[in-house]
Order: sequence, then C-alpha cells, then structure tokens
Amino acid sequence: MSTATHVHPLIGFAGKTLTITELELRKLRHDFTDVITRAIQPALWLLLFGSVFAQLRLVPAGDIPYRDFMAPGILAQGVLFTAIFYGIGIIWERDLGVAQKYLASPAPRTALVLGKALSASLRALIQTVFIYTLSVILGVHVDWHPTALLGVITVVIFGAALFSSFSFIIACLVKTRERFMGIGQILTMPLFFASNAIYPISLMPPWLQVLAHLNPLTYIVDALRALMLAHGTSHLGLPLDFAVIILTTLLVVWIGSRVYPRIVR
Amino acid sequence: MPDSILNLRSLTRRFGPVTAVDGISLSVKRGEIFALLGSNGAGKTTTIKILTTMLPPSSGEASVAGYDVVSQATQVRRSMGYVPQAISVDGSLTGYENLVVSAKLYDVPRRERAERVAAALKLVDLEDAAGRLVRTYSGGMIRRLEIAQSTLHRPPVVFLDEPTIGLDPIARASIWQHVTRLRDEFGTTVFFTTHYMEEAEEFCDRIAIMHRGRISIVGTPEELKASVGSGDSTLDDVFVHHAGGVIETFTSGYRETSARRATARRLA
Repeated sequence: MSTATHVHPLIGFAGKTLTITELELRKLRHDFTDVITRAIQPALWLLLFGSVFAQLRLVPAGDIPYRDFMAPGILAQGVLFTAIFYGIGIIWERDLGVAQKYLASPAPRTALVLGKALSASLRALIQTVFIYTLSVILGVHVDWHPTALLGVITVVIFGAALFSSFSFIIACLVKTRERFMGIGQILTMPLFFASNAIYPISLMPPWLQVLAHLNPLTYIVDALRALMLAHGTSHLGLPLDFAVIILTTLLVVWIGSRVYPRIVR
Repeated sequence: MPDSILNLRSLTRRFGPVTAVDGISLSVKRGEIFALLGSNGAGKTTTIKILTTMLPPSSGEASVAGYDVVSQATQVRRSMGYVPQAISVDGSLTGYENLVVSAKLYDVPRRERAERVAAALKLVDLEDAAGRLVRTYSGGMIRRLEIAQSTLHRPPVVFLDEPTIGLDPIARASIWQHVTRLRDEFGTTVFFTTHYMEEAEEFCDRIAIMHRGRISIVGTPEELKASVGSGDSTLDDVFVHHAGGVIETFTSGYRETSARRATARRLA
C-alpha cells in the first residue's frame, strides 16, 4: 500500500537536499525583490565607507589600494549579513505549519538543513555577482583566472551555508522572532568587526586578535582576499582557510539537523 | 498486527509539571475513520504530535502501521500523512509546486510523480487552481490541497489535526466529503481531532473523548450515546457527561491561542 521505493541512501539524500534547495529557489523566482534589496547593503558599504577610508589612508592595507583590500571583506560581509538572518525563515515556517510538513516527511533532517543552507548559498552567489560588478566599476583589480573564480564560488557557497545553518540553530533554540532578531543583531557586530573584513588583524589589540582567529569569518575573508584580487595574498594559508571553513560548515549543519525537531515541540 | 493500525499503550507526555497526555491506551482498526474529541487543552494535539513523531513520549508506547514511533520514526513517517493544525503548504508556491516538492520528499518514484500529482489534484477538485500561488487560495482550498499533499505517497494512515478549524460550513462539508472519498478509494485509515461534536458524529466510525489527558470513553457514536442512559441523548450530552462539562484550557496559553487564531484567520 505505501510506496517505499528503495533508492540508494546517498542518492536519496542528495535528491532531497536538492529538492529543498529547488523549493527555496522557486520561492525566490516568485518574489525576486528580496535578493535585490539584500544587494544594496554591501553596495553602500563599498561606496560610502570605502570611499571615505580610501581617502583617509588610515588602514595599512599592504601593497594594495584600500578599496581592493576592502572588496573581499565586503563580499564576506554580504555573505554573513544575508545568511545570519536566514533562521527567521524557519520560525516563520513553524508559525505557518510548513516546518511540520518537512519534519513529518521521511527526508533525513540533515538533508533538510543542508538543502536550506545551499539555498542560502545560491542567494549569496547572486549577491557575489552584484559585488563583483560594483568592484569592477570602482576599479578593484579582480583576478579573473577560472581557478580563482572557482575558489571564490566555493568559499561563498560554504560561507553562506555555514552562517545560515548557524542562524538556523539559533532559531531552533530561541523559537520566537523577537528573541531571534535581538540575538541576530548582537551576533552580527562582533562577527563582522572581530574579523579581518575591513582592517588587518595586526591592527587589533592581542585579546581581539585571539577572538578574530576563532571567528570563521576571518578565514572566509582571508581566502577571498587571496582568490578575488589580482595581487591578493593569504595570511593564514589557503589550506587552513578551506579546512576551517569546510569543517565548521559540516559541524553546524550536523548540529542544525539535531536541533531542527525542537522547533515544532 | 492483523487489523489494528494504530496502537497506543499507556502513552504519557509531560511538559514540566503538566501531564498533557496521561497514560492513554487505544487501538484503531485499518480503514477506520476515528475521531479524538475534546476541548482545547485536553491533550489531542499532543497525542497527534507523538503519533506523527513530532514529539517523543515521556513514557508508554505507540505504533503506527506496526512501527514504533520512537525507534522506527522514519518508517512511521513513510507510512503516514499528516495535516497539522497550522498550514502545511507554502503560500509562495503554486498548488502544483507544493505537491511536486512533497512527492519528491516522500520518494514517490519519478515516473509516477506526474500521475500521482494529477490524481491528487483531481481527488480534491483543485485541477483548475493548480497553477495559482497558494496564497490566493481560500481556506477550504488550502485544506483540500493539504489533504492531497498528505496522501501523495498513498500512506495507510492519515492524521488530521482539527482539519476544519476556521472554515465555514460549506468548506467544512467539502473537506469531509474528500476525507470520506480518501477512505473509500484507498482504504486509508483517518485519525483526526476536533472539538466539533456534529462532525465526529456524522463522519466517524468510532470516537474517543479525551479529557484532561485521559480517554474518558471510546466507541461508535451510538455506543457513546447509549452510555449516558436515556435513548434520545445527543453527543453533546455525552461530551458534557464524559468531559465534565468544563472547558479546560490549561495548556492553551497565550502563544497557542494566538497561533490558533492566526491559523483560523489565514484560512478564513
């Protein structure tokens, strides 16, 4: 009577992950304004903040112009800011009832969380296109080598998956929109400023340097700075950057799948 | 496990000091339409959440289609359809898209997908509205789409948590017409909760009345009426008799009430 079709678990897992991603993309297609509005904030940072700081020459950016130094930081910021409020969607889904539908389905919870994370990644990639365009207009020296571009895409995909799943975990724990927004606001600032996004870590007092090294955003920015810019270099080393980014992402997705059921209890 | 498809044994769920479900035992036969009747806060939704694996029980056991709700949760999820009290279809997708996504999540084989989705839309008379965004649907249409969605994988059991809440009488009648059709066409067992007595009486094979986390009485509508004595009793009399005639709201706090009203508002 019931149709328990037996497909290979891994294929089934991938299929369901992509189903969730597809679902989110279909929603996006029906309402594209969200993507546009989210692209505005990084644009403003680059234009306003970037212009002033490039003039002031306060920040020692190394051998490259400050605007170049800042562009990968703003890309990382775009990834962070869009992804960190992603969890509010799950609270909304709980209130509506859609969360119950997913959790009552036989799809593995990890696939559900990963599917959502990947849809955040795709949104971030759209934003990446905006930021690249703007960077080129502003005269940032971009590295167009295919390997470099592929590297940037990989970092953006994992970075968005990482912060959206982190946001997802918080949402499943706090459960209400009000508390979630409060916590989201509190987290965004230290994540952004205790990182190398708009100034080098070497400028920070020692205690803040320690925090910056514990912050996944630092590794994302470091990798992006090496990959996005024509003369970019990594301070921490790309292998370390990728290892931290990928392992942290896997960890938060796994934790996310553990706490997901709490949202409907 | 010959003909009983749901088995609950001393099922209990506590929330802190409150015992929402207090050691209930119950079995439901294959192909039955079974109602769990009770006032708000009687423990109906908690019971359904345990049976649908959304909530683990504090103690006791329950099985759905022969699978244990705790240790075999994935098999339980494969064997059931669930329409929660809140809305389980996505308003920002079309009716068709909602069903396709569900079919994929439930492992409906690729080659059968189109046919199943079409059959499901036909079952609930939504063929014409399938291409519209669900946020343009009426409350009755949304509930019908949810019923279609919950049966795409042809589950032997469907759980409906207050399926007619917030609907006008015409939409309610239509929901019941479709639920009955589901049972008649596929032999699906339907387990639902409600606090509308007349619905339970009209459409159910058997009814359990739940009060303060316990089952007061189980039986056919006739048996229930006979249990209060006089021949001309109505189910309302039965309810007052077995539920003590008080509206208990101990778990219906601010949040739940507001969620309930929000759902009713969206469906209206």
